[in-house]
Amino acid sequence: MNKIPNREVVNDVLVEHAKTNKDIVVLASDSRGSAKLAPFAKTHHNQFVETGIAEQNIVGVAAGLASCGKIPFVASPACFLSMRSVEQVKVDLAYSNTNVKLVGISGGISYGALGMSHHSVQDLAVMRAIPGMTVVLPADRFETQKMVEALLETYGPTYMRIGRNPVEDVYDSLDYEFRLGKANVLHEGKDVTLIGAGETVRVVLDAALMLEKEGIHARVLNMHTIKPLDTEAIIKAARETGYILTLEEHSIYGGLGGAVSEVVAAQCPVKMEIMGIPDEPAVAGTTGEVFAHYGMTAEMICQKVSAQLGKKKEA
Amino acid sequence: MDVRSLEKKAVQIRKDVVQMIYDAKTGHTGGALSSTDIMTTLFYGIMNITPENSKHPDRDRFILSKGHSVEPYWTILAERGFIEKEELKTFSQFNSRLIGHPNNKVDGVEMNTGSLGHGLSVASGMALAAKMDKKDYRVFTLMGDGEQAEGSVWEGAMFAAHYKLDNLVAIIDRNRLQISGCTEDVMGLDPLDKKWESFGWNVMEVDGNNIEQLYDALIKEPACIDKPTLILANTIKGKGVSFIENQAAWHHKVPTEQEYVQAINELDQMLEALEVSHE
Repeated sequence: MNKIPNREVVNDVLVEHAKTNKDIVVLASDSRGSAKLAPFAKTHHNQFVETGIAEQNIVGVAAGLASCGKIPFVASPACFLSMRSVEQVKVDLAYSNTNVKLVGISGGISYGALGMSHHSVQDLAVMRAIPGMTVVLPADRFETQKMVEALLETYGPTYMRIGRNPVEDVYDSLDYEFRLGKANVLHEGKDVTLIGAGETVRVVLDAALMLEKEGIHARVLNMHTIKPLDTEAIIKAARETGYILTLEEHSIYGGLGGAVSEVVAAQCPVKMEIMGIPDEPAVAGTTGEVFAHYGMTAEMICQKVSAQLGKKKEA
Repeated sequence: MDVRSLEKKAVQIRKDVVQMIYDAKTGHTGGALSSTDIMTTLFYGIMNITPENSKHPDRDRFILSKGHSVEPYWTILAERGFIEKEELKTFSQFNSRLIGHPNNKVDGVEMNTGSLGHGLSVASGMALAAKMDKKDYRVFTLMGDGEQAEGSVWEGAMFAAHYKLDNLVAIIDRNRLQISGCTEDVMGLDPLDKKWESFGWNVMEVDGNNIEQLYDALIKEPACIDKPTLILANTIKGKGVSFIENQAAWHHKVPTEQEYVQAINELDQMLEALEVSHE
């Protein structure tokens, strides 16, 4: 089991690149510890800005820095960064088109036991509704590295959400092609398409491997970029598999499932299921406990898919 | 700097502002007129900017945090050659770049504003970038007094003082009125000078409709080493047109034809008076 959390990878990549790229600036809102950015703050103190607990200000300051040519990475808990500062995101980042990278740490229900104030399960819906924003979630530590490197190369305001704890690897190395806005097919199949994003990719991949044993061939898409969405991959999946299931660490409203179903409904209507956190204050617990409580597990996906494909056969 | 010529310039800009608002049948008349002298002083007397090299990395920066006072800004950008004067006629028309708030599709506008309480943080980021890059450009932001009720202003105030951004100047257009009435009735702000001082700022108070006083306050660079400067610019909302002055109702009221004629007449008389006193 991997022991390295994605936030540590973000720090490592930025520490490395900041040695030569002096435009990189990391901003934290009393969050350098929780973002695992203390090493960056230490090694690149001239490129590190502490704002204190002030999420509106941190985003505005980052926009000002960006307008002067800096590449600011703002690392702050996703629950606050995506809500408290959303108007600064809308006006100072998206509307003004500034090159600020928001890194929402401990996203989803990472802070499971701390309650709804600390859960961020509306962030994807909020961020993807803002024109000009790029919205991304890495599946594991390898993808985190490739993603941060891609963001360094790409101009534009971005929201990147990562979790708190180490996640099991999806990839076994950096040796694969990662492109922003281009979903990766992790498993081929024609009976159903399972789509995950961020930390749910591992879960849907496990479900596909389990389904394989039942003779059900599932395609797995890693939708690391929620916006701009890879509509081509979705339409292809709908046409070729006729059934799509999404799993997200987010409200079932307006996130990955919402984005995918907008495309499916308009361009190639097929059976869809959206799995995630229901419209209620999420139950408190560890990530594993909360996922299990809401049926966000490989086993539950298998049950749903088997039942649906069984129904289809009977019909 | 020739104060008298700037005073005339400011009256001419007021005439253009009234014209724009009358033609477009929309605009924020009161705040536009109260802040005209401040923007005139900055753009003609203080800031190091040129339309020929509008993106020069060492240029001074201006953020109109009270974005609704955009009319003098558009007029000044046209007068200074950042945009064609002809384009002013498109103000607030369908698909125009010259909308009712600053728009960075227009040369000379650094950032989009419109929502209050954003400008100070953005300006602080720009001032911090100058410090990081060891550049000596200055950053100016103009806020409203009603805007001071936004909590984000005070997040920005703490930040700029903490980072000793003495290359940052924030100006408050203290006209004491906001859309619902007197600022002190809507949400008490006084003592505003003490509040900013207690946040670690160098505070200067001036008559914000007096170009000479504004110039003297703004030209010092820095006004106070290691502290950002706050200029409390006491102004008259609607300054320059008798029946608009000090009337909260004129926050975004548009003049009728009769009012328009009277306003232009009054401003013309003011210009004449300045000509005479100049001679």
